Amino acid sequence: MVTGNDAEQVKLLFFGQLKERLQCASYNLAIKQPLSIKQLKSHLISLQPSWQAALNNDLLIAAVNQQIAQQQAIVKGGDEVAFFPPVTGG
Amino acid sequence: MSIEITISHDDFDIAVLHDALQIGNVQQGAVVTFTGLVREFSHGDNVVALELEHYPQMTEQLLLSIAEQAQNRWQLGRISIYHRIGYLPLGEQIVFVGVSSKHRQSAFDGAQFIMDYLKTQATFWKKEHFSHSSQWVEFKASDVQAQQKWAAD
Repeated sequence: MVTGNDAEQVKLLFFGQLKERLQCASYNLAIKQPLSIKQLKSHLISLQPSWQAALNNDLLIAAVNQQIAQQQAIVKGGDEVAFFPPVTGG
Repeated sequence: MSIEITISHDDFDIAVLHDALQIGNVQQGAVVTFTGLVREFSHGDNVVALELEHYPQMTEQLLLSIAEQAQNRWQLGRISIYHRIGYLPLGEQIVFVGVSSKHRQSAFDGAQFIMDYLKTQATFWKKEHFSHSSQWVEFKASDVQAQQKWAAD
Protein backbone atom coordinates (compact mmCIF):
# COMPACT_ATOMS: atom_id res chain seq x y z
CA MET A 1 0.00 0.00 0.00
CA VAL A 2 1.43 3.34 -1.04
CA THR A 3 0.61 6.38 1.02
CA GLY A 4 1.09 10.03 0.19
CA ASN A 5 4.28 10.22 2.23
CA ASP A 6 6.10 7.40 0.50
CA ALA A 7 8.44 8.56 -2.21
CA GLU A 8 8.80 6.29 -5.19
CA GLN A 9 11.73 6.08 -7.54
CA VAL A 10 11.81 7.01 -11.20
CA LYS A 11 14.86 6.01 -13.20
CA LEU A 12 16.04 8.81 -15.48
CA LEU A 13 18.35 8.23 -18.45
CA PHE A 14 20.16 10.83 -20.55
CA PHE A 15 21.74 10.32 -23.95
CA GLY A 16 23.96 12.05 -26.50
CA GLN A 17 24.90 15.67 -26.03
CA LEU A 18 22.51 16.01 -23.07
CA LYS A 19 24.34 13.25 -21.17
CA GLU A 20 27.61 15.03 -21.83
CA ARG A 21 26.31 18.44 -20.74
CA LEU A 22 24.82 17.05 -17.53
CA GLN A 23 27.79 14.74 -17.01
CA CYS A 24 25.22 12.19 -15.97
CA ALA A 25 23.94 9.08 -17.75
CA SER A 26 21.40 7.91 -15.19
CA TYR A 27 19.72 9.42 -12.12
CA ASN A 28 17.26 8.06 -9.57
CA LEU A 29 14.58 10.62 -8.84
CA ALA A 30 12.17 10.28 -5.92
CA ILE A 31 8.60 11.44 -6.56
CA LYS A 32 5.72 11.55 -4.06
CA GLN A 33 2.94 11.33 -6.62
CA PRO A 34 2.57 10.81 -10.37
CA LEU A 35 3.87 13.79 -12.34
CA SER A 36 3.68 14.91 -15.94
CA ILE A 37 6.95 14.99 -17.88
CA LYS A 38 6.85 18.77 -17.58
CA GLN A 39 6.39 18.64 -13.80
CA LEU A 40 9.06 15.99 -13.47
CA LYS A 41 11.51 18.19 -15.33
CA SER A 42 10.73 21.14 -13.00
CA HIS A 43 11.19 18.88 -9.97
CA LEU A 44 14.53 17.68 -11.32
CA ILE A 45 15.69 21.25 -11.98
CA SER A 46 14.75 22.23 -8.40
CA LEU A 47 17.13 19.50 -7.18
CA GLN A 48 19.83 20.16 -9.82
CA PRO A 49 19.62 23.89 -10.67
CA SER A 50 22.72 23.77 -12.87
CA TRP A 51 20.83 21.45 -15.25
CA GLN A 52 18.20 24.09 -16.06
CA ALA A 53 19.62 25.36 -19.34
CA ALA A 54 20.30 21.91 -20.73
CA LEU A 55 16.89 20.53 -19.74
CA ASN A 56 14.84 23.53 -20.86
CA ASN A 57 15.56 22.84 -24.51
CA ASP A 58 12.49 22.59 -26.72
CA LEU A 59 14.24 20.13 -29.02
CA LEU A 60 14.63 17.53 -26.27
CA ILE A 61 12.62 14.35 -26.71
CA ALA A 62 11.24 12.33 -23.80
CA ALA A 63 10.43 8.63 -23.61
CA VAL A 64 8.52 6.86 -20.85
CA ASN A 65 9.25 3.15 -20.57
CA GLN A 66 10.92 3.34 -23.98
CA GLN A 67 7.94 4.92 -25.75
CA ILE A 68 8.17 8.47 -27.09
CA ALA A 69 6.05 10.67 -24.79
CA GLN A 70 4.63 14.19 -24.87
CA GLN A 71 5.09 16.81 -22.13
CA GLN A 72 1.68 15.97 -20.60
CA ALA A 73 2.42 12.23 -20.31
CA ILE A 74 2.18 10.95 -16.73
CA VAL A 75 5.15 9.38 -14.95
CA LYS A 76 4.71 7.17 -11.89
CA GLY A 77 6.98 5.26 -9.52
CA GLY A 78 8.95 2.48 -11.20
CA ASP A 79 8.87 4.13 -14.63
CA GLU A 80 11.96 4.63 -16.75
CA VAL A 81 12.12 8.11 -18.27
CA ALA A 82 14.70 9.08 -20.89
CA PHE A 83 15.58 12.53 -22.23
CA PHE A 84 17.60 12.96 -25.41
CA PRO A 85 18.28 15.28 -28.35
CA PRO A 86 16.96 14.52 -31.85
CA VAL A 87 18.45 11.27 -33.13
CA THR A 88 21.33 11.23 -35.61
CA GLY A 89 22.07 7.61 -36.47
CA GLY A 90 22.58 5.92 -39.79
CA MET B 1 9.56 -13.73 -44.08
CA SER B 2 12.15 -12.84 -41.49
CA ILE B 3 13.64 -9.77 -39.83
CA GLU B 4 17.18 -9.70 -38.41
CA ILE B 5 18.23 -6.74 -36.24
CA THR B 6 21.79 -6.41 -34.91
CA ILE B 7 23.39 -3.60 -32.93
CA SER B 8 27.06 -4.26 -32.22
CA HIS B 9 30.51 -2.80 -31.71
CA ASP B 10 31.78 -5.41 -34.17
CA ASP B 11 32.20 -4.84 -37.89
CA PHE B 12 29.98 -6.70 -40.37
CA ASP B 13 30.71 -8.65 -43.54
CA ILE B 14 28.45 -7.49 -46.38
CA ALA B 15 28.83 -10.84 -48.18
CA VAL B 16 27.58 -12.76 -45.16
CA LEU B 17 24.61 -10.41 -44.66
CA HIS B 18 23.80 -10.54 -48.39
CA ASP B 19 23.92 -14.36 -48.38
CA ALA B 20 21.45 -14.43 -45.50
CA LEU B 21 19.01 -12.40 -47.63
CA GLN B 22 19.50 -14.56 -50.70
CA ILE B 23 20.31 -18.20 -49.98
CA GLY B 24 17.33 -20.54 -50.07
CA ASN B 25 15.06 -17.62 -50.89
CA VAL B 26 13.91 -18.61 -54.38
CA GLN B 27 10.55 -16.79 -54.24
CA GLN B 28 12.32 -13.42 -54.14
CA GLY B 29 13.83 -12.01 -57.31
CA ALA B 30 15.48 -8.91 -55.88
CA VAL B 31 17.89 -8.02 -53.09
CA VAL B 32 18.74 -4.36 -52.40
CA THR B 33 21.32 -3.35 -49.81
CA PHE B 34 22.66 -0.07 -48.47
CA THR B 35 25.90 0.43 -46.55
CA GLY B 36 26.71 3.67 -44.70
CA LEU B 37 30.36 4.58 -44.12
CA VAL B 38 32.33 7.07 -42.02
CA ARG B 39 33.25 9.81 -44.49
CA GLU B 40 36.02 12.33 -44.30
CA PHE B 41 34.59 15.77 -44.78
CA SER B 42 32.09 17.55 -42.56
CA HIS B 43 31.59 21.25 -41.75
CA GLY B 44 34.85 22.13 -43.45
CA ASP B 45 36.97 19.95 -41.18
CA ASN B 46 38.48 16.49 -41.52
CA VAL B 47 36.65 13.81 -39.60
CA VAL B 48 38.99 11.21 -38.11
CA ALA B 49 36.25 9.09 -36.50
CA LEU B 50 32.62 8.89 -35.48
CA GLU B 51 31.36 7.83 -32.09
CA LEU B 52 27.93 6.21 -31.98
CA GLU B 53 25.80 5.61 -28.92
CA HIS B 54 22.25 4.32 -28.57
CA TYR B 55 19.43 3.62 -26.11
CA PRO B 56 19.64 -0.13 -25.54
CA GLN B 57 16.36 -2.05 -25.97
CA MET B 58 14.42 0.99 -27.22
CA THR B 59 16.57 1.11 -30.37
CA GLU B 60 16.02 -2.58 -31.13
CA GLN B 61 12.25 -2.15 -30.65
CA LEU B 62 12.17 0.89 -32.94
CA LEU B 63 14.18 -0.85 -35.66
CA LEU B 64 11.91 -3.89 -35.48
CA SER B 65 8.86 -1.64 -35.79
CA ILE B 66 10.36 0.20 -38.80
CA ALA B 67 11.22 -3.13 -40.48
CA GLU B 68 7.70 -4.47 -39.87
CA GLN B 69 6.16 -1.35 -41.41
CA ALA B 70 8.32 -1.79 -44.52
CA GLN B 71 7.55 -5.49 -44.70
CA ASN B 72 3.81 -4.88 -44.55
CA ARG B 73 3.85 -1.98 -47.01
CA TRP B 74 5.90 -3.67 -49.75
CA GLN B 75 5.39 -7.37 -48.95
CA LEU B 76 9.13 -7.75 -48.46
CA GLY B 77 10.65 -11.17 -47.87
CA ARG B 78 13.70 -10.88 -45.66
CA ILE B 79 14.99 -7.76 -43.92
CA SER B 80 18.38 -7.29 -42.28
CA ILE B 81 19.44 -4.21 -40.30
CA TYR B 82 22.91 -4.02 -38.75
CA HIS B 83 24.01 -0.85 -36.95
CA ARG B 84 27.35 -0.39 -35.28
CA ILE B 85 28.03 1.58 -32.10
CA GLY B 86 31.22 2.78 -30.43
CA TYR B 87 34.27 4.49 -31.91
CA LEU B 88 34.40 4.10 -35.70
CA PRO B 89 37.46 5.47 -37.52
CA LEU B 90 37.36 7.00 -40.99
CA GLY B 91 36.28 4.58 -43.72
CA GLU B 92 34.62 2.13 -41.32
CA GLN B 93 31.18 0.69 -42.01
CA ILE B 94 28.41 2.16 -39.84
CA VAL B 95 25.13 0.68 -40.99
CA PHE B 96 23.76 -1.99 -43.30
CA VAL B 97 20.18 -2.29 -44.50
CA GLY B 98 19.20 -5.10 -46.83
CA VAL B 99 15.84 -6.35 -48.06
CA SER B 100 14.61 -9.04 -50.41
CA SER B 101 11.46 -8.80 -52.46
CA LYS B 102 9.78 -10.30 -55.50
CA HIS B 103 10.62 -7.28 -57.67
CA ARG B 104 13.22 -4.54 -57.65
CA GLN B 105 11.00 -1.49 -57.15
CA SER B 106 9.57 -2.72 -53.86
CA ALA B 107 13.07 -3.73 -52.74
CA PHE B 108 14.51 -0.26 -53.54
CA ASP B 109 11.56 1.50 -51.88
CA GLY B 110 11.59 -0.75 -48.83
CA ALA B 111 15.32 -0.29 -48.23
CA GLN B 112 15.06 3.49 -48.64
CA PHE B 113 12.05 3.69 -46.33
CA ILE B 114 13.96 1.78 -43.64
CA MET B 115 17.01 4.07 -43.93
CA ASP B 116 14.88 7.25 -43.93
CA TYR B 117 13.01 6.12 -40.80
CA LEU B 118 16.15 4.79 -39.12
CA LYS B 119 17.85 8.17 -39.49
CA THR B 120 14.95 10.13 -38.01
CA GLN B 121 13.47 7.75 -35.43
CA ALA B 122 15.95 5.15 -34.20
CA THR B 123 17.61 6.21 -30.94
CA PHE B 124 21.22 6.60 -32.06
CA TRP B 125 23.43 9.65 -31.51
CA LYS B 126 26.56 10.43 -33.45
CA LYS B 127 29.59 12.49 -32.47
CA GLU B 128 32.22 13.57 -34.98
CA HIS B 129 35.85 13.52 -33.90
CA PHE B 130 38.24 15.87 -35.70
CA SER B 131 41.99 15.93 -35.16
CA HIS B 132 41.81 18.37 -32.23
CA SER B 133 38.14 18.58 -31.31
CA SER B 134 34.81 16.80 -31.39
CA GLN B 135 31.21 17.79 -31.96
CA TRP B 136 27.79 16.13 -31.66
CA VAL B 137 26.05 15.86 -35.01
CA GLU B 138 22.93 18.01 -35.35
CA PHE B 139 19.82 16.49 -36.90
CA LYS B 140 19.15 17.57 -40.47
CA ALA B 141 15.87 18.97 -41.73
CA SER B 142 16.54 17.22 -45.05
CA ASP B 143 16.47 13.85 -43.23
CA VAL B 144 13.11 14.69 -41.68
CA GLN B 145 11.75 15.73 -45.09
CA ALA B 146 13.01 12.46 -46.60
CA GLN B 147 11.13 10.51 -43.94
CA GLN B 148 7.95 12.61 -44.24
CA LYS B 149 7.63 12.02 -47.97
CA TRP B 150 6.75 8.37 -47.22
CA ALA B 151 3.82 9.46 -45.06
CA ALA B 152 2.53 11.73 -47.83
CA ASP B 153 2.46 8.95 -50.45
